[in-house]
Amino acid sequence: MGRFVKNDRDWRLGVLAVALALIAWQFIAAVIIRYPFILPAPTDVALAFVSLVAKGDIFIDLGTSLVHFAIGLGLALLVGIPLGIIMGWNRRVEALVDPLIELLRPIPPLAWIPFAIIWFGLTSFSAGFIIFIGAVFPIIINTYSGFRGVPRVFVEAGKMLGCTKDRDLVRYIAFPAALPSVAAGIRIATGVGWMCLVAAELFGVSNFGLGQKLWFYYSLHQMDSVVVYMILLGLIGLAFDMIFRSYVDKKFLKWRTGEVA
Amino acid sequence: MGDLVIQSLNQSFPRDDGSRLVVLENLGLTVKDKEFVCILGSSGCGKTTLLRMIAGLDTAESGSIVLDGEEIRGPNPKVGMVFQEYSLFPWRTVIDNIAFGLEMRGMPKEERYRVAEEYLELVNLSQFRDSFPSELSGGMRQRVAVARALALDPVVLLMDEPFGALDAQTRNKLQIELLEIWEKTKKTVVFITHSVDEAVFLSDRVVVLTPRPGRICQVYEIRLPRPRDRTSPEFAEIRRQVLDLINQHCSIQ
Repeated sequence: MGRFVKNDRDWRLGVLAVALALIAWQFIAAVIIRYPFILPAPTDVALAFVSLVAKGDIFIDLGTSLVHFAIGLGLALLVGIPLGIIMGWNRRVEALVDPLIELLRPIPPLAWIPFAIIWFGLTSFSAGFIIFIGAVFPIIINTYSGFRGVPRVFVEAGKMLGCTKDRDLVRYIAFPAALPSVAAGIRIATGVGWMCLVAAELFGVSNFGLGQKLWFYYSLHQMDSVVVYMILLGLIGLAFDMIFRSYVDKKFLKWRTGEVA
Repeated sequence: MGDLVIQSLNQSFPRDDGSRLVVLENLGLTVKDKEFVCILGSSGCGKTTLLRMIAGLDTAESGSIVLDGEEIRGPNPKVGMVFQEYSLFPWRTVIDNIAFGLEMRGMPKEERYRVAEEYLELVNLSQFRDSFPSELSGGMRQRVAVARALALDPVVLLMDEPFGALDAQTRNKLQIELLEIWEKTKKTVVFITHSVDEAVFLSDRVVVLTPRPGRICQVYEIRLPRPRDRTSPEFAEIRRQVLDLINQHCSIQ
């Protein structure tokens, strides 16, 4: 099962599409527009990349951003998963907390920037806080709805087999049953959190960081370097997603093969 | 020893209009130790409600259920249950499903695998030891569910239309297997079904429930020796008698 519907998509077509897009970009930038400030050509970007790597700052930027991101996502996991579990398991807690969450959730993460600065100053924690705000809600909501959706028969089967304490039922029945949903929430949170990074570094919490440098090179009108950071942000976001998927799906969710196509 | 004694059991649920829907009314039944009893009734007659109360998953409004001299007040290790729908934990392999109850009991890993493997063998699924439930057919899943319930060595095994979702051929095969397992383990079995054929094939006694409110209409003892032959004239005759009985006395008015 599952292995019969293996995804046989030809990866060479994807490579071809990227190559064609690069050629078209080069042509438009270098032949039609011929103004790197409006649109730097791939060759300009490649040269900018080489000089940025030679300077070495790019690695510090990467490390700084990963620290911001780790703070934000780590806190979001630490708060979101237990909160989601309690809300999903206990109807009273849900009734108590859910309206609050629904009120806070529509506030865009970036609207928290002023308070992030006031509360945490220009530190990594204020950048982390913005990422936290972006990441925590998908984690809460997916954890909570995952727990809500645990089939009753699993809980009852557990009880009949001697798993009767609430703590054990959560640990042995509800959590594994909800794990696909929890994992999906973390994956969404990773994406949203990473998207918040550029804005979180916009207000100068540090002299380094991928988002910070993007704004810095924009202010210098070095658009080729801006594109280097854009691509880097995109590729790292993609890498997170791929690592997450291959690791989590293979390690924790392999039982789902055959259940989902 | 091992008897299941149900006395004047009542259960009702509130309806939207404020009145109460009486599901079980003054129901009394004694199931003897190691007896195989089928509870037969059309859907909505309260047979699942009855079973859930024996299991300790629901509490009766009044009346008592006493197993082995002890009143049932909640899920109890003396009672094993096989559910109607697939209840195996999909994130656990077959062996870990069977070992679940032993794990909850705190049995060390090696020992619980040894016990679980015995029960895996009992249901003839040893080659699927490390498969996940999603890789098994419906019939195999229910066999694992039987093994999982038996692994805790309960006094009584409750089965809530366990073969209801299976095709006729698989169903017949599993009925034969279940009887073999019952011969080997000698548990008291309370088996719920709406199939007369299944009830006559399996049980020592058939208890027919009337629908709404559910109460015992008739108890029919089946003295045919096992293994029973579904196609024999004796079998057909008993099946006809049970059907007549239901039509005359126990059908929905």
